[in-house]
Amino acid sequence: MQTKVGTPVNQQTSNFKTNQMMTETAIPVSNLRKKQPRFRGLESGHRACLGCAEALAARLVTESAGPDVMVANATGCLEIFTTPWPESAWRIPWVHSLFENAGAVASGMEAALKAQGKSSKVLAFGGDGGTFDIGFQALSGMLERGHNVLYVCFDNEAYMNTGIQRSSSTPHAAMTTTSPPGKERMGKRHLKKDIVSIVAAHHIPYAATTSVAYPSDIRKKVRRAMAIDGSTFLQIHCPCPLGWGHEGDKSIEVARLAVQSGLFPIIELERGGLAGAMPLRNIRPVTEYLKKQQRFKHLFTEDLRAKEELEHIQAIADHNIEVYGLRSDGSTDAFDSEGMDTVRRGGMRWA
Amino acid sequence: MTEIRIHGRGGQGNVVAAYLFAMAAFEEQRYGQAFPNFGAERRGAPVIAFVRIADSPIQRRNQVRHPAFLIIQDQALLQVPGVTDGLKPGGKILVNSSFESAELSKQLGKEVIALQATVLAKKFLGRPVPNTALLAAFFTLTEMLSQESLAAVLQKRFKGDILDKNLQLIQEGAKQVPAGLWKEKEEKSNAASA
Amino acid sequence: MLQALEGSQAVAQAVALCRPQVIAAYPITPQTHIVENISKLVADGKLRCEFISVESEFSAASVVLGAALAGSRTYTATASQGILLMAEVLFNIAGMRVPIVMTCANRAVSSPLSIWNDQQDSMAVRDAGWIQLYCADNQEAVDTTIQAYRIAERTELPVMVCMDGFTLTHTLEGIDIPTQKQVDAYLPPYQFSRTLEPRNPISLGTLVGPDFYSEARHSHHQAILNAQAEIVSADQDWFAMSGRKTGGLLSVEGPEQAKTAILAIGSVLGTLQAALTELPPGEPVKLIKLRSFRPFPTETVKAACKGLDNVIVLERAFSPGSGGIIGLEVLAALSELPTPPRVHNFAAGLGGRDIPLEILPKLLEVLTEPNDGRFKIIDVDLEKLPVEDR
Repeated sequence: MQTKVGTPVNQQTSNFKTNQMMTETAIPVSNLRKKQPRFRGLESGHRACLGCAEALAARLVTESAGPDVMVANATGCLEIFTTPWPESAWRIPWVHSLFENAGAVASGMEAALKAQGKSSKVLAFGGDGGTFDIGFQALSGMLERGHNVLYVCFDNEAYMNTGIQRSSSTPHAAMTTTSPPGKERMGKRHLKKDIVSIVAAHHIPYAATTSVAYPSDIRKKVRRAMAIDGSTFLQIHCPCPLGWGHEGDKSIEVARLAVQSGLFPIIELERGGLAGAMPLRNIRPVTEYLKKQQRFKHLFTEDLRAKEELEHIQAIADHNIEVYGLRSDGSTDAFDSEGMDTVRRGGMRWA
Repeated sequence: MTEIRIHGRGGQGNVVAAYLFAMAAFEEQRYGQAFPNFGAERRGAPVIAFVRIADSPIQRRNQVRHPAFLIIQDQALLQVPGVTDGLKPGGKILVNSSFESAELSKQLGKEVIALQATVLAKKFLGRPVPNTALLAAFFTLTEMLSQESLAAVLQKRFKGDILDKNLQLIQEGAKQVPAGLWKEKEEKSNAASA
Repeated sequence: MLQALEGSQAVAQAVALCRPQVIAAYPITPQTHIVENISKLVADGKLRCEFISVESEFSAASVVLGAALAGSRTYTATASQGILLMAEVLFNIAGMRVPIVMTCANRAVSSPLSIWNDQQDSMAVRDAGWIQLYCADNQEAVDTTIQAYRIAERTELPVMVCMDGFTLTHTLEGIDIPTQKQVDAYLPPYQFSRTLEPRNPISLGTLVGPDFYSEARHSHHQAILNAQAEIVSADQDWFAMSGRKTGGLLSVEGPEQAKTAILAIGSVLGTLQAALTELPPGEPVKLIKLRSFRPFPTETVKAACKGLDNVIVLERAFSPGSGGIIGLEVLAALSELPTPPRVHNFAAGLGGRDIPLEILPKLLEVLTEPNDGRFKIIDVDLEKLPVEDR
């Protein structure tokens, strides 16, 4: 299945200086690949939904990780849409065992390779359900023992593959089928679990958050993690059009707003200490992010509780901004610009 | 007993269509059964739903292999091999399509009625969900169940603005096809089936 | 009141009517609609209970255990991988003789990965010490759920209500939902003799040496066997109140004089019934609808099969390396008869493979062309396999 890689980028918000790019004609993907050949660990033709950010994130991760890897993948959307028997979209060795054991299976793979003196890197893939909840124990064990594994959590903030049920990653006040709003409830009562801090508390060399709105940030962080001999962890924020309630072509825009509101801070932690944070040049009020998604539509009614919840969510964002020092000093920040992104890509338009 | 198979894609509401269908039978004190056949949750994935309508309790739970009618919610599905498999001889197909009924009939070698259900849905609902328009048209064609019953079950499923728009939509959908064209003649053998 | 409802929706309403105080939920296909419907009832204030979204099925079972021991009526639902993940807790709950009710939305078990209907999941935990009741349709699922609370609380045994995933959970049909008044009359408030209570402290789950372990296990076994009487009376009392029978331990349909019977559990029974009408066999055939698998109603099965020449057992699971599960237990029971019928054992519909009406003539072929083995997966297509794997 040939997809026009450029299309989602073209339809991004006009907040960025991409207007001049939008008037150019699309370059066929096949030509691009000849110019800048890239390893495709995840092949096209899989069965993900339109605009699935998890599919995009997985492709970016495997591109940067290269071919000398093997993957342990937890149950979830990613393994389902990439491997409908007898087909597979993976061009790297890959196993799906169960929902709760990706961390443990990866630990076993790493130990075996170590015993055999082989150098392939082990990757573990899980969604938020398989990482924050049911797979938490196995993840913790793997991190505590310091296995040389890069664990990537594709965080779409709910159990999507089973039909949008809440996980401990679901943000406060979000609607899911098991945290529906009603007379007695305003969506999920509890806060989003701060997984990256918990992971970092295992004293691992590198843990970071990133987002599909910043593809070169993902690549940079994957390459960094690959080069480290020890446990590393990436939490990639991945909007789910079906689960969050927006059109498939808005995934990147929504992801970007999550970051720019401060609700999903982009940070790096080394051995538990904050080592880097992506400053926000132009902080957005949380409402700009929330109103783009149907899963928060109950917060935009005249209900007094809705107003309270919006304040609460803004407070969460403000807290993140303070704690991680995300407020840039007012000057145009080099990190969060289309120009910087383009430079990192080596001048090519598409990632 | 009449068996219908509804083909669609995730997000087009064909499971809801099947449920509404069976609920409408229920409104008329008849027996209805509806169930889907799908895999993981996914927009755009092919989904099949089965419906059985009868005047006595329906016991069987197998998939419908020999439907008397097909409802196809997405004309692109006509390219998928096996979509029309098992259709009874003389069976009829209602397709959500912008092509002409006569042309589709010729292509498929079966009696096809085309309805621009997506166009109607966009006009009345503002969203391309063709299921209720197709149901309204199907009820008109077959006169199996009444428009009143369809309206009654819509009121059970939807509220407010969406309900009003759907009620308008089904009125329009019902007008688009010839009434009673596919009305089944009573067959003695059908009455006895479980 | 008779309503057109999706199976899951109906079960959720039945659960709500039983007034559970603590519900633990972890989503797994195809049980998801049950917990979603319940959470909507809670969100709308129609069901007042503690609804806990847990982090795994292992925790779901552990949460309901804790809640039941602390004195609350509870509920959870699961399937497939979930029931296996909570297996350790299931044994623990049953061994502690705690009255808990759980729905199993029967689904095949990985590997291979499958989300579709078969009964390998509940069969895999048949030794956990739970009562297992299998529902043939959604009405039975509603009625059995309500009866399950009574059976559980009277016998102090956990009850697993098994209903076929997708085939029943996702099917919409006419279902009668009883009134709150009816259920309140049928089900008294939660009662459990051994709750954790500061005014009367007890210790539960203690280490038992070889000098008493056998006695504890014997009493558990006897309790489940004796539960047969409770299962029957729960059904009879429900019939008196609602006018509906749910089949007790098992029920038999078909011509009295039949010498051949097909024995099965779950939703396939409806298809078999339709097949007996639509594709009438050459000779009279009875249908034995087994409802209670644990306890296995040996005497009732023997009585139902007495005088038959052939019993064909059709199931939706099996034990690899051995053969059919229900078939083996039926064979064992019938071997106690002076002239036991011949038992033929088949599995079909594994991993959600559709079971058509034509299964009936296929099953009956065994009467004229007996199998060379004891057990067979009747709908397998050997052509799809390499020769060495057939």
